[in-house]
Amino acid sequence: MHEVGLIQTVMNEISRVAGANNIERVTRVRLVVGRLNGAIPDALEFAFSVLAPGTMFEGARLEIESVPVTLRCPQCGAESESEELAYFCPKCGGRAEIVSGQELYIDYFEGDDGKEDAGEGSDGPEDSAGERTGGP
Amino acid sequence: MKVVMAQKILRANEQVARENRERLKHLPTVNLISSPGAGKTTLLERTIQALRGEVNVGVIEGDIYTTRDAERIAGQGAAVVQVNTAGLCHLDANMVGRALDQLDLAGLDLLFIENVGNLVCPAEFDLGEDYKVALLSVAEGGDKPVKYPLVFRESQAVVINKSDLLAYTDFDINKVQEEIRTINPDILIFVTSAATGEGTEGWYAWLREIVRKKRSATG
Repeated sequence: MHEVGLIQTVMNEISRVAGANNIERVTRVRLVVGRLNGAIPDALEFAFSVLAPGTMFEGARLEIESVPVTLRCPQCGAESESEELAYFCPKCGGRAEIVSGQELYIDYFEGDDGKEDAGEGSDGPEDSAGERTGGP
Repeated sequence: MKVVMAQKILRANEQVARENRERLKHLPTVNLISSPGAGKTTLLERTIQALRGEVNVGVIEGDIYTTRDAERIAGQGAAVVQVNTAGLCHLDANMVGRALDQLDLAGLDLLFIENVGNLVCPAEFDLGEDYKVALLSVAEGGDKPVKYPLVFRESQAVVINKSDLLAYTDFDINKVQEEIRTINPDILIFVTSAATGEGTEGWYAWLREIVRKKRSATG
């Protein structure tokens, strides 16, 4: 798959929005990924861990909400969940419609201006001496 | 600070796909998707030959590397633009948009986009086409629609190719068609051999039909 490309897109889009909000450092990113999507959470996390160092995403936490496949039957109205792409209502055998499982979007991100210490034991003891002397 | 985006990751692609669709509003466009080696290029060669003098065909040829397929298409006298994705597993709307810049769209009656050989990723990227067509070859085995359902769900037609090999494999043509219809009851199915020409008439008839349809719809 193309998880690296997807994460690159996520980072580009968030960087753009972060810039407009004076956010210099991203601390948390939340994605919503339906299980019908070819994007595999493990591969997305791996891509994120490879691409983040040296960027505003360094040390950020990536959370992925994996959305199960939900079907609704237009004939009998029953809703059901499935582990994979299914086509028929398990109740009445009618042809079911897909309600969820196809999502692929950025839910939200969190960040700050990068001036405070990471501090919360998030990622290693980074020595930030001199970090805060931002000015004469 | 928390910033809610609720933004589709592929939004940028969808935006460019819309622009492509606008540019292609007079030109019927088919996005051809299959595994490597299923016979996309051979089917296109034969199709260009069969429709010559009647339907002017252009091709956007997607490959990871090399221009081999584009050379084969150019050998048939069709307008062709090669797109090399340099490792990427699918074409995206941007690549197709740049390829459109290089084609004389007004001089064409039908445009094929031959996607990168891959049954998974191309199904997720809208390129601005009118139709997705999945190509499945007998040699790959009949379990592919069930194993890779998305492309068959997204496609309006499927070509089961290499029918000349049916006698040499355990490919159950009736069962496979049934399984494809389970995934997508409205899909059109053509059984062809691009090597011998067997069964291709129905495919050509459908192509003529989509050309006629778009012409009468858009004038």
